[in-house]
Amino acid sequence: MAEATTQARAPTIFDRVVAATPGTPRLEMCIQCGTCGGSCPSGADMDHTPRALFAMIKAGMETQVLSSNTPWYCVSCYYCTVRCPQEVHVTDLMYTLKRFSIQEKYYQDSSSADAPPFSQTFIHYVENYGRSFELGLATWYHLKYHPLDMPKIMPMATGLLRKGRIDITPKKIKGMDNLKAILAKAKELEGEI
Amino acid sequence: MKYGYYPGCSLEKNAASYNMSTLAVAKPLGIEFQELEDWNCCGATEYMTLNRMAAYALITRNLALAEKQLTDGKQVAAPCSMCFLNMAKADHYLSEDATLAKNVNLALAAGDLHYTPGSVRARHLLEIMIEDIGVEAIASKVTKPLSGLKVAPYYGCLITRPGYLSKFDDYEYPTSLDKIMKGLGATVVDYPMKAHCCGGHMTQISQAVALELIRQLLQNAAEYEADIIVTLCPMCQLNLDAYQGDVNRFFKTKYHIPVLYFTQMMGLAFGFSAGELGIGKELVDARQALAKIGVQVPEAEPTKKKKPSKEELPMPRMPEES
Repeated sequence: MAEATTQARAPTIFDRVVAATPGTPRLEMCIQCGTCGGSCPSGADMDHTPRALFAMIKAGMETQVLSSNTPWYCVSCYYCTVRCPQEVHVTDLMYTLKRFSIQEKYYQDSSSADAPPFSQTFIHYVENYGRSFELGLATWYHLKYHPLDMPKIMPMATGLLRKGRIDITPKKIKGMDNLKAILAKAKELEGEI
Repeated sequence: MKYGYYPGCSLEKNAASYNMSTLAVAKPLGIEFQELEDWNCCGATEYMTLNRMAAYALITRNLALAEKQLTDGKQVAAPCSMCFLNMAKADHYLSEDATLAKNVNLALAAGDLHYTPGSVRARHLLEIMIEDIGVEAIASKVTKPLSGLKVAPYYGCLITRPGYLSKFDDYEYPTSLDKIMKGLGATVVDYPMKAHCCGGHMTQISQAVALELIRQLLQNAAEYEADIIVTLCPMCQLNLDAYQGDVNRFFKTKYHIPVLYFTQMMGLAFGFSAGELGIGKELVDARQALAKIGVQVPEAEPTKKKKPSKEELPMPRMPEES
Protein backbone atom coordinates (compact mmCIF):
# COMPACT_ATOMS: atom_id res chain seq x y z
CA MET A 1 0.00 0.00 0.00
CA ALA A 2 1.42 3.35 -0.96
CA GLU A 3 2.24 5.65 1.97
CA ALA A 4 -0.18 8.49 2.46
CA THR A 5 1.22 11.71 1.11
CA THR A 6 0.20 15.27 1.80
CA GLN A 7 -1.18 15.66 -1.70
CA ALA A 8 -4.17 13.41 -2.15
CA ARG A 9 -4.09 11.60 -5.46
CA ALA A 10 -6.47 8.88 -6.49
CA PRO A 11 -4.48 5.68 -6.93
CA THR A 12 -4.01 4.81 -10.58
CA ILE A 13 -4.60 1.34 -11.98
CA PHE A 14 -0.81 0.94 -11.88
CA ASP A 15 -0.69 1.72 -8.13
CA ARG A 16 -3.60 -0.57 -7.40
CA VAL A 17 -2.21 -3.52 -9.37
CA VAL A 18 1.17 -3.26 -7.67
CA ALA A 19 -0.37 -2.95 -4.21
CA ALA A 20 -2.60 -5.99 -4.69
CA THR A 21 0.18 -8.29 -5.93
CA PRO A 22 2.20 -10.16 -3.31
CA GLY A 23 5.90 -9.45 -2.90
CA THR A 24 7.54 -6.97 -5.26
CA PRO A 25 6.04 -7.52 -8.71
CA ARG A 26 8.50 -5.14 -10.48
CA LEU A 27 5.87 -3.94 -12.94
CA GLU A 28 7.70 -0.62 -13.36
CA MET A 29 10.74 -2.53 -14.66
CA CYS A 30 9.07 -3.69 -17.91
CA ILE A 31 11.17 -2.58 -20.89
CA GLN A 32 8.64 -3.68 -23.53
CA CYS A 33 10.92 -6.36 -25.00
CA GLY A 34 8.09 -8.80 -25.70
CA THR A 35 9.79 -11.91 -24.31
CA CYS A 36 6.64 -12.63 -22.27
CA GLY A 37 4.27 -12.70 -25.23
CA GLY A 38 6.78 -14.61 -27.34
CA SER A 39 6.99 -17.30 -24.66
CA CYS A 40 3.27 -17.54 -24.03
CA PRO A 41 1.55 -20.74 -25.24
CA SER A 42 -1.75 -18.91 -25.69
CA GLY A 43 -0.32 -15.52 -26.68
CA ALA A 44 -1.76 -15.80 -30.17
CA ASP A 45 -5.30 -15.95 -28.75
CA MET A 46 -4.93 -12.98 -26.41
CA ASP A 47 -6.42 -9.57 -27.14
CA HIS A 48 -3.16 -8.03 -25.98
CA THR A 49 0.18 -9.67 -25.18
CA PRO A 50 1.35 -9.15 -21.59
CA ARG A 51 3.86 -6.54 -22.81
CA ALA A 52 1.11 -4.49 -24.43
CA LEU A 53 -1.14 -4.89 -21.40
CA PHE A 54 1.61 -3.57 -19.11
CA ALA A 55 2.07 -0.53 -21.35
CA MET A 56 -1.68 0.04 -21.16
CA ILE A 57 -1.57 -0.17 -17.35
CA LYS A 58 1.17 2.45 -17.29
CA ALA A 59 -0.94 4.61 -19.63
CA GLY A 60 -3.90 4.33 -17.24
CA MET A 61 -6.17 2.55 -19.72
CA GLU A 62 -8.15 0.90 -16.94
CA THR A 63 -11.29 -0.10 -18.85
CA GLN A 64 -9.39 -1.62 -21.76
CA VAL A 65 -7.00 -3.46 -19.43
CA LEU A 66 -9.69 -4.98 -17.23
CA SER A 67 -11.96 -6.00 -20.09
CA SER A 68 -9.13 -7.64 -22.05
CA ASN A 69 -9.25 -11.42 -22.36
CA THR A 70 -5.48 -11.58 -21.75
CA PRO A 71 -5.47 -12.54 -18.04
CA TRP A 72 -8.09 -15.23 -18.72
CA TYR A 73 -5.97 -16.82 -21.42
CA CYS A 74 -3.01 -16.97 -19.04
CA VAL A 75 -2.48 -20.68 -18.31
CA SER A 76 -0.15 -19.91 -15.36
CA CYS A 77 2.81 -21.78 -16.90
CA TYR A 78 5.32 -19.14 -15.74
CA TYR A 79 7.41 -19.17 -18.94
CA CYS A 80 7.04 -15.39 -19.15
CA THR A 81 8.06 -14.97 -15.52
CA VAL A 82 11.24 -17.05 -15.67
CA ARG A 83 12.30 -15.64 -19.03
CA CYS A 84 11.65 -11.96 -18.29
CA PRO A 85 15.04 -10.19 -18.35
CA GLN A 86 13.68 -7.64 -15.88
CA GLU A 87 12.24 -10.24 -13.51
CA VAL A 88 8.73 -8.84 -13.72
CA HIS A 89 6.31 -11.20 -11.94
CA VAL A 90 4.10 -11.55 -14.99
CA THR A 91 1.99 -14.52 -13.85
CA ASP A 92 1.30 -13.01 -10.42
CA LEU A 93 0.28 -9.76 -12.10
CA MET A 94 -2.15 -11.70 -14.29
CA TYR A 95 -3.78 -13.15 -11.16
CA THR A 96 -4.21 -9.65 -9.80
CA LEU A 97 -5.76 -8.46 -13.06
CA LYS A 98 -8.17 -11.39 -12.97
CA ARG A 99 -9.28 -10.40 -9.47
CA PHE A 100 -9.80 -6.77 -10.46
CA SER A 101 -11.67 -7.80 -13.56
CA ILE A 102 -14.08 -9.86 -11.44
CA GLN A 103 -14.44 -7.34 -8.60
CA GLU A 104 -15.22 -4.56 -11.02
CA LYS A 105 -17.29 -6.78 -13.32
CA TYR A 106 -15.27 -6.03 -16.43
CA TYR A 107 -14.78 -9.69 -17.27
CA GLN A 108 -18.31 -9.83 -18.64
CA ASP A 109 -17.16 -7.65 -21.53
CA SER A 110 -14.24 -9.91 -22.44
CA SER A 111 -14.39 -12.87 -24.78
CA SER A 112 -13.71 -15.11 -21.75
CA ALA A 113 -16.77 -14.30 -19.69
CA ASP A 114 -17.06 -18.00 -18.73
CA ALA A 115 -13.70 -18.23 -17.01
CA PRO A 116 -14.61 -16.60 -13.66
CA PRO A 117 -17.71 -18.76 -13.15
CA PHE A 118 -15.48 -21.81 -13.59
CA SER A 119 -13.19 -20.60 -10.80
CA GLN A 120 -16.21 -19.70 -8.66
CA THR A 121 -17.81 -23.11 -9.12
CA PHE A 122 -14.53 -24.84 -8.25
CA ILE A 123 -14.10 -22.76 -5.12
CA HIS A 124 -17.73 -23.21 -4.09
CA TYR A 125 -16.95 -26.89 -3.43
CA VAL A 126 -13.66 -26.10 -1.70
CA GLU A 127 -15.33 -23.58 0.62
CA ASN A 128 -18.12 -26.00 1.53
CA TYR A 129 -16.31 -29.32 1.63
CA GLY A 130 -12.61 -28.48 1.96
CA ARG A 131 -11.77 -30.53 -1.11
CA SER A 132 -12.42 -30.08 -4.81
CA PHE A 133 -15.15 -32.13 -6.47
CA GLU A 134 -14.59 -32.74 -10.15
CA LEU A 135 -17.91 -34.31 -11.07
CA GLY A 136 -19.91 -31.49 -9.48
CA LEU A 137 -17.67 -28.87 -11.03
CA ALA A 138 -17.82 -30.28 -14.56
CA THR A 139 -21.55 -31.01 -14.40
CA TRP A 140 -22.78 -27.74 -12.95
CA TYR A 141 -20.41 -25.57 -14.93
CA HIS A 142 -21.33 -27.19 -18.22
CA LEU A 143 -25.05 -27.35 -17.50
CA LYS A 144 -25.11 -23.70 -16.66
CA TYR A 145 -22.64 -22.18 -19.10
CA HIS A 146 -22.13 -24.68 -21.91
CA PRO A 147 -25.24 -26.87 -22.03
CA LEU A 148 -24.77 -27.49 -25.73
CA ASP A 149 -21.32 -28.88 -25.04
CA MET A 150 -22.67 -31.59 -22.73
CA PRO A 151 -22.74 -34.25 -25.46
CA LYS A 152 -19.18 -33.31 -26.40
CA ILE A 153 -17.79 -33.94 -22.91
CA MET A 154 -19.73 -37.16 -22.42
CA PRO A 155 -17.23 -39.61 -24.01
CA MET A 156 -14.47 -38.36 -21.74
CA ALA A 157 -16.68 -38.17 -18.66
CA THR A 158 -18.06 -41.69 -19.12
CA GLY A 159 -14.52 -42.93 -19.80
CA LEU A 160 -13.35 -41.51 -16.47
CA LEU A 161 -16.42 -42.91 -14.68
CA ARG A 162 -15.88 -46.34 -16.18
CA LYS A 163 -12.29 -46.35 -14.99
CA GLY A 164 -13.32 -45.32 -11.49
CA ARG A 165 -11.63 -41.94 -11.71
CA ILE A 166 -14.59 -39.77 -10.69
CA ASP A 167 -16.23 -39.55 -7.27
CA ILE A 168 -20.01 -39.54 -7.25
CA THR A 169 -20.27 -37.45 -4.08
CA PRO A 170 -17.92 -34.84 -2.61
CA LYS A 171 -15.64 -35.60 0.32
CA LYS A 172 -15.81 -33.35 3.34
CA ILE A 173 -12.89 -32.64 5.64
CA LYS A 174 -13.38 -32.95 9.41
CA GLY A 175 -12.32 -29.42 10.25
CA MET A 176 -14.87 -27.67 8.06
CA ASP A 177 -15.83 -25.19 10.79
CA ASN A 178 -12.18 -24.42 11.31
CA LEU A 179 -11.61 -23.86 7.60
CA LYS A 180 -14.72 -21.71 7.23
CA ALA A 181 -13.64 -19.49 10.11
CA ILE A 182 -10.20 -19.04 8.54
CA LEU A 183 -11.59 -18.18 5.12
CA ALA A 184 -14.18 -15.77 6.53
CA LYS A 185 -11.48 -13.89 8.43
CA ALA A 186 -9.20 -13.88 5.36
CA LYS A 187 -11.94 -12.39 3.20
CA GLU A 188 -12.64 -9.73 5.80
CA LEU A 189 -8.95 -8.81 5.82
CA GLU A 190 -8.73 -8.73 2.03
CA GLY A 191 -11.59 -6.25 2.06
CA GLU A 192 -9.59 -3.94 4.31
CA ILE A 193 -6.65 -3.71 1.95
CA MET B 1 13.65 -41.01 5.36
CA LYS B 2 10.46 -39.49 6.71
CA TYR B 3 8.31 -36.87 5.00
CA GLY B 4 4.93 -35.31 5.49
CA TYR B 5 2.62 -36.30 2.65
CA TYR B 6 0.14 -34.04 0.92
CA PRO B 7 -1.64 -36.09 -1.74
CA GLY B 8 -3.99 -33.31 -2.91
CA CYS B 9 -7.52 -33.80 -4.22
CA SER B 10 -6.53 -35.35 -7.56
CA LEU B 11 -4.70 -38.22 -5.93
CA GLU B 12 -7.82 -39.20 -4.02
CA LYS B 13 -9.66 -40.23 -7.14
CA ASN B 14 -8.81 -39.02 -10.62
CA ALA B 15 -5.09 -39.70 -10.10
CA ALA B 16 -5.55 -42.59 -7.63
CA SER B 17 -3.04 -44.58 -9.64
CA TYR B 18 -0.41 -41.91 -8.90
CA ASN B 19 -1.15 -42.30 -5.20
CA MET B 20 -1.06 -46.11 -5.32
CA SER B 21 2.21 -46.22 -7.22
CA THR B 22 3.84 -43.52 -5.06
CA LEU B 23 3.02 -45.39 -1.86
CA ALA B 24 4.11 -48.69 -3.44
CA VAL B 25 7.57 -47.52 -4.54
CA ALA B 26 8.18 -45.60 -1.31
CA LYS B 27 8.60 -48.83 0.68
CA PRO B 28 11.57 -50.40 -1.16
CA LEU B 29 13.25 -46.97 -1.28
CA GLY B 30 12.96 -46.55 2.49
CA ILE B 31 10.66 -43.53 2.31
CA GLU B 32 8.12 -43.11 5.08
CA PHE B 33 5.18 -40.84 4.35
CA GLN B 34 3.05 -39.30 7.08
CA GLU B 35 -0.14 -37.97 5.49
CA LEU B 36 -1.15 -34.57 6.87
CA GLU B 37 -4.24 -35.05 8.95
CA ASP B 38 -7.34 -33.23 7.63
CA TRP B 39 -5.55 -31.44 4.81
CA ASN B 40 -7.63 -29.24 2.52
CA CYS B 41 -7.58 -28.44 -1.19
CA CYS B 42 -4.84 -25.98 -2.20
CA GLY B 43 -7.25 -24.01 -4.41
CA ALA B 44 -5.32 -24.89 -7.59
CA THR B 45 -5.14 -21.82 -9.82
CA GLU B 46 -8.75 -20.92 -9.10
CA TYR B 47 -8.66 -19.30 -5.67
CA MET B 48 -5.86 -16.88 -6.60
CA THR B 49 -8.25 -15.58 -9.22
CA LEU B 50 -10.96 -14.76 -6.71
CA ASN B 51 -9.49 -13.65 -3.41
CA ARG B 52 -5.83 -13.17 -2.60
CA MET B 53 -5.94 -13.42 1.19
CA ALA B 54 -8.33 -16.37 1.20
CA ALA B 55 -6.15 -18.15 -1.36
CA TYR B 56 -3.04 -17.76 0.76
CA ALA B 57 -4.90 -18.67 3.95
CA LEU B 58 -6.28 -21.84 2.33
CA ILE B 59 -2.80 -22.98 1.26
CA THR B 60 -1.17 -21.93 4.51
CA ARG B 61 -3.66 -23.93 6.57
CA ASN B 62 -1.92 -27.02 5.18
CA LEU B 63 1.51 -25.62 5.97
CA ALA B 64 0.33 -24.83 9.49
CA LEU B 65 -0.95 -28.40 9.89
CA ALA B 66 2.45 -29.65 8.71
CA GLU B 67 4.28 -27.38 11.15
CA LYS B 68 2.12 -28.74 13.97
CA GLN B 69 1.95 -32.42 13.02
CA LEU B 70 5.44 -33.19 11.70
CA THR B 71 8.16 -33.85 14.20
CA ASP B 72 11.41 -34.35 12.31
CA GLY B 73 12.59 -32.46 9.26
CA LYS B 74 9.27 -30.74 8.52
CA GLN B 75 9.30 -31.48 4.83
CA VAL B 76 6.13 -32.10 2.88
CA ALA B 77 6.13 -34.21 -0.26
CA ALA B 78 3.57 -33.26 -2.89
CA PRO B 79 3.20 -35.46 -5.98
CA CYS B 80 0.97 -32.89 -7.74
CA SER B 81 2.85 -30.01 -9.36
CA MET B 82 0.10 -27.49 -8.62
CA CYS B 83 -0.09 -28.45 -4.93
CA PHE B 84 3.69 -28.30 -4.71
CA LEU B 85 3.87 -24.91 -6.38
CA ASN B 86 1.11 -23.41 -4.24
CA MET B 87 2.79 -24.47 -1.00
CA ALA B 88 6.21 -23.28 -2.16
CA LYS B 89 4.71 -20.03 -3.42
CA ALA B 90 2.82 -19.30 -0.21
CA ASP B 91 5.89 -19.96 1.90
CA HIS B 92 8.00 -17.76 -0.38
CA TYR B 93 5.65 -14.77 -0.29
CA LEU B 94 4.89 -15.13 3.40
CA SER B 95 8.63 -15.00 4.05
CA GLU B 96 9.07 -11.99 1.79
CA ASP B 97 5.93 -9.97 2.53
CA ALA B 98 5.44 -9.21 6.23
CA THR B 99 1.95 -7.73 5.74
CA LEU B 100 0.78 -10.82 3.90
CA ALA B 101 2.26 -13.06 6.62
CA LYS B 102 0.60 -11.00 9.36
CA ASN B 103 -2.81 -11.11 7.71
CA VAL B 104 -2.63 -14.79 6.84
CA ASN B 105 -1.78 -15.54 10.45
CA LEU B 106 -4.66 -13.37 11.65
CA ALA B 107 -6.93 -15.49 9.46
CA LEU B 108 -5.37 -18.76 10.65
CA ALA B 109 -5.84 -17.63 14.25
CA ALA B 110 -9.60 -17.77 13.65
CA GLY B 111 -9.06 -21.53 13.31
CA ASP B 112 -6.52 -21.79 16.14
CA LEU B 113 -3.64 -22.28 13.78
CA HIS B 114 -0.39 -20.44 13.12
CA TYR B 115 2.34 -20.71 10.54
CA THR B 116 5.91 -19.50 10.85
CA PRO B 117 7.14 -18.64 7.34
CA GLY B 118 10.09 -20.80 6.33
CA SER B 119 9.41 -23.56 8.86
CA VAL B 120 8.07 -26.18 6.42
CA ARG B 121 9.76 -27.10 3.17
CA ALA B 122 7.47 -28.13 0.32
CA ARG B 123 9.09 -30.62 -2.05
CA HIS B 124 7.83 -32.18 -5.22
CA LEU B 125 7.99 -35.96 -5.23
CA LEU B 126 10.36 -35.92 -8.23
CA GLU B 127 12.69 -33.57 -6.38
CA ILE B 128 12.83 -36.00 -3.44
CA MET B 129 13.46 -38.92 -5.76
CA ILE B 130 16.32 -37.26 -7.62
CA GLU B 131 17.94 -35.32 -4.77
CA ASP B 132 17.35 -37.35 -1.61
CA ILE B 133 17.11 -40.90 -2.97
CA GLY B 134 19.22 -40.59 -6.11
CA VAL B 135 19.31 -42.41 -9.44
CA GLU B 136 21.79 -45.02 -8.21
CA ALA B 137 19.63 -46.09 -5.28
CA ILE B 138 16.58 -46.22 -7.57
CA ALA B 139 18.47 -48.24 -10.20
CA SER B 140 19.65 -50.65 -7.49
CA LYS B 141 16.02 -51.67 -6.82
CA VAL B 142 15.31 -52.54 -10.46
CA THR B 143 14.47 -56.20 -10.96
CA LYS B 144 12.62 -55.88 -14.29
CA PRO B 145 14.35 -53.26 -16.44
CA LEU B 146 12.15 -51.37 -18.87
CA SER B 147 14.47 -52.31 -21.73
CA GLY B 148 13.18 -51.52 -25.19
CA LEU B 149 10.46 -49.11 -24.05
CA LYS B 150 10.74 -45.66 -25.62
CA VAL B 151 9.69 -43.07 -23.10
CA ALA B 152 8.99 -39.34 -23.61
CA PRO B 153 9.59 -37.62 -20.24
CA TYR B 154 7.00 -34.88 -19.74
CA TYR B 155 7.55 -32.37 -16.93
CA GLY B 156 4.97 -29.68 -17.64
CA CYS B 157 5.33 -26.20 -16.18
CA LEU B 158 5.02 -25.93 -12.48
CA ILE B 159 7.63 -28.35 -11.25
CA THR B 160 10.53 -26.19 -12.37
CA ARG B 161 8.90 -22.80 -12.78
CA PRO B 162 9.20 -20.32 -11.27
CA GLY B 163 11.39 -22.12 -8.72
CA TYR B 164 10.40 -20.16 -5.62
CA LEU B 165 12.10 -22.31 -3.03
CA SER B 166 14.34 -24.68 -4.92
CA LYS B 167 15.73 -24.82 -8.40
CA PHE B 168 16.45 -28.52 -8.60
CA ASP B 169 16.19 -28.72 -12.36
CA ASP B 170 16.39 -26.53 -15.44
CA TYR B 171 13.18 -24.72 -16.36
CA GLU B 172 13.77 -24.82 -20.10
CA TYR B 173 15.08 -28.35 -20.49
CA PRO B 174 14.86 -30.37 -17.29
CA THR B 175 16.60 -33.76 -17.11
CA SER B 176 15.90 -35.32 -13.69
CA LEU B 177 13.04 -37.49 -14.93
CA ASP B 178 15.14 -38.54 -17.95
CA LYS B 179 17.84 -39.77 -15.56
CA ILE B 180 15.39 -41.78 -13.47
CA MET B 181 13.86 -43.38 -16.57
CA LYS B 182 17.34 -44.29 -17.86
CA GLY B 183 18.10 -45.74 -14.44
CA LEU B 184 15.06 -48.00 -14.88
CA GLY B 185 16.48 -49.24 -18.18
CA ALA B 186 14.06 -47.41 -20.50
CA THR B 187 15.11 -45.69 -23.72
CA VAL B 188 14.49 -41.98 -23.21
CA VAL B 189 13.63 -40.15 -26.42
CA ASP B 190 14.45 -36.50 -26.92
CA TYR B 191 11.31 -34.53 -26.14
CA PRO B 192 11.83 -30.84 -26.90
CA MET B 193 8.38 -29.88 -25.58
CA LYS B 194 8.94 -31.60 -22.24
CA ALA B 195 8.48 -28.40 -20.21
CA HIS B 196 5.66 -26.87 -22.25
CA CYS B 197 2.21 -26.33 -20.81
CA CYS B 198 -0.65 -28.84 -21.21
CA GLY B 199 -3.16 -25.99 -20.97
CA GLY B 200 -4.20 -26.56 -17.35
CA HIS B 201 -7.89 -25.73 -17.02
CA MET B 202 -8.13 -24.24 -20.53
CA THR B 203 -10.09 -27.32 -21.66
CA GLN B 204 -13.00 -25.79 -19.73
CA ILE B 205 -12.47 -22.20 -20.87
CA SER B 206 -11.50 -22.45 -24.52
CA GLN B 207 -11.45 -25.89 -26.04
CA ALA B 208 -9.81 -24.73 -29.27
CA VAL B 209 -6.85 -23.25 -27.38
CA ALA B 210 -6.53 -26.22 -25.03
CA LEU B 211 -6.77 -28.94 -27.65
CA GLU B 212 -4.10 -27.26 -29.77
CA LEU B 213 -1.70 -27.17 -26.81
CA ILE B 214 -2.36 -30.86 -26.12
CA ARG B 215 -2.03 -31.73 -29.81
CA GLN B 216 1.42 -30.13 -29.98
CA LEU B 217 2.61 -32.24 -27.05
CA LEU B 218 1.24 -35.45 -28.55
CA GLN B 219 2.65 -34.63 -31.98
CA ASN B 220 6.08 -33.96 -30.53
CA ALA B 221 6.09 -37.30 -28.69
CA ALA B 222 4.89 -39.05 -31.87
CA GLU B 223 7.63 -37.43 -33.96
CA TYR B 224 10.23 -38.86 -31.62
CA GLU B 225 8.51 -42.26 -31.76
CA ALA B 226 7.77 -42.54 -28.06
CA ASP B 227 5.81 -45.61 -26.97
CA ILE B 228 4.63 -43.84 -23.88
CA ILE B 229 4.58 -40.39 -22.25
CA VAL B 230 5.65 -40.36 -18.62
CA THR B 231 4.43 -37.55 -16.40
CA LEU B 232 4.53 -36.34 -12.81
CA CYS B 233 1.44 -34.14 -12.62
CA PRO B 234 -2.25 -35.18 -12.43
CA MET B 235 -3.37 -32.24 -14.59
CA CYS B 236 -0.84 -33.11 -17.32
CA GLN B 237 -1.93 -36.75 -17.18
CA LEU B 238 -5.61 -35.86 -17.39
CA ASN B 239 -5.18 -33.47 -20.29
CA LEU B 240 -2.94 -35.71 -22.38
CA ASP B 241 -4.79 -38.94 -21.58
CA ALA B 242 -8.47 -38.08 -21.17
CA TYR B 243 -8.54 -35.42 -23.90
CA GLN B 244 -6.52 -37.45 -26.43
CA GLY B 245 -9.79 -38.72 -27.92
CA ASP B 246 -11.12 -35.15 -28.23
CA VAL B 247 -7.87 -34.08 -29.90
CA ASN B 248 -8.23 -36.92 -32.40
CA ARG B 249 -11.84 -36.01 -33.13
CA PHE B 250 -11.09 -32.27 -33.39
CA PHE B 251 -7.98 -32.51 -35.58
CA LYS B 252 -8.84 -35.81 -37.32
CA THR B 253 -5.61 -37.30 -36.00
CA LYS B 254 -4.90 -40.81 -34.78
CA TYR B 255 -2.66 -40.38 -31.77
CA HIS B 256 -2.48 -43.34 -29.44
CA ILE B 257 0.17 -42.57 -26.86
CA PRO B 258 -0.53 -43.83 -23.34
CA VAL B 259 0.33 -41.45 -20.49
CA LEU B 260 1.54 -42.96 -17.21
CA TYR B 261 3.01 -41.57 -13.99
CA PHE B 262 6.73 -41.89 -13.40
CA THR B 263 6.05 -43.77 -10.18
CA GLN B 264 4.10 -46.38 -12.16
CA MET B 265 7.17 -46.91 -14.34
CA MET B 266 9.36 -47.17 -11.24
CA GLY B 267 6.95 -49.71 -9.76
CA LEU B 268 6.99 -51.86 -12.89
CA ALA B 269 10.80 -51.86 -12.90
CA PHE B 270 10.84 -52.74 -9.19
CA GLY B 271 8.69 -55.80 -9.93
CA PHE B 272 5.25 -54.65 -8.75
CA SER B 273 2.29 -55.88 -10.77
CA ALA B 274 0.39 -53.51 -13.06
CA GLY B 275 -2.68 -53.81 -10.81
CA GLU B 276 -0.76 -52.76 -7.69
CA LEU B 277 0.26 -49.57 -9.50
CA GLY B 278 -3.19 -48.62 -10.77
CA ILE B 279 -2.20 -49.33 -14.36
CA GLY B 280 -5.38 -49.84 -16.38
CA LYS B 281 -7.07 -46.65 -15.16
CA GLU B 282 -5.68 -44.62 -18.07
CA LEU B 283 -8.10 -43.94 -20.91
CA VAL B 284 -5.54 -44.38 -23.68
CA ASP B 285 -4.87 -48.09 -23.42
CA ALA B 286 -1.30 -48.79 -22.28
CA ARG B 287 -1.46 -52.57 -22.81
CA GLN B 288 0.12 -52.58 -26.24
CA ALA B 289 3.06 -50.42 -25.16
CA LEU B 290 3.63 -52.34 -21.94
CA ALA B 291 3.48 -55.68 -23.74
CA LYS B 292 6.87 -54.67 -25.19
CA ILE B 293 8.35 -55.12 -21.74
CA GLY B 294 6.28 -58.18 -20.92
CA VAL B 295 3.76 -56.48 -18.61
CA GLN B 296 0.23 -57.83 -18.38
CA VAL B 297 -2.43 -55.21 -17.58
CA PRO B 298 -5.64 -56.33 -15.85
CA GLU B 299 -9.04 -54.91 -16.78
CA ALA B 300 -9.86 -51.88 -14.63
CA GLU B 301 -12.67 -52.37 -12.16
CA PRO B 302 -15.70 -50.20 -12.89
CA THR B 303 -16.91 -47.78 -10.24
CA LYS B 304 -19.24 -49.63 -7.88
CA LYS B 305 -22.57 -48.01 -7.20
CA LYS B 306 -22.80 -47.37 -3.49
CA LYS B 307 -26.01 -47.24 -1.58
CA PRO B 308 -26.24 -43.71 -0.19
CA SER B 309 -25.86 -43.81 3.58
CA LYS B 310 -27.60 -41.48 6.02
CA GLU B 311 -24.40 -39.49 6.38
CA GLU B 312 -24.07 -39.21 2.62
CA LEU B 313 -23.73 -35.66 1.51
CA PRO B 314 -26.46 -34.27 -0.71
CA MET B 315 -25.64 -33.10 -4.21
CA PRO B 316 -24.25 -29.63 -3.73
CA ARG B 317 -26.25 -26.60 -4.68
CA MET B 318 -25.21 -24.27 -7.43
CA PRO B 319 -22.98 -21.45 -6.26
CA GLU B 320 -24.80 -18.22 -5.65
CA GLU B 321 -24.87 -15.69 -8.44
CA SER B 322 -22.30 -13.02 -7.83
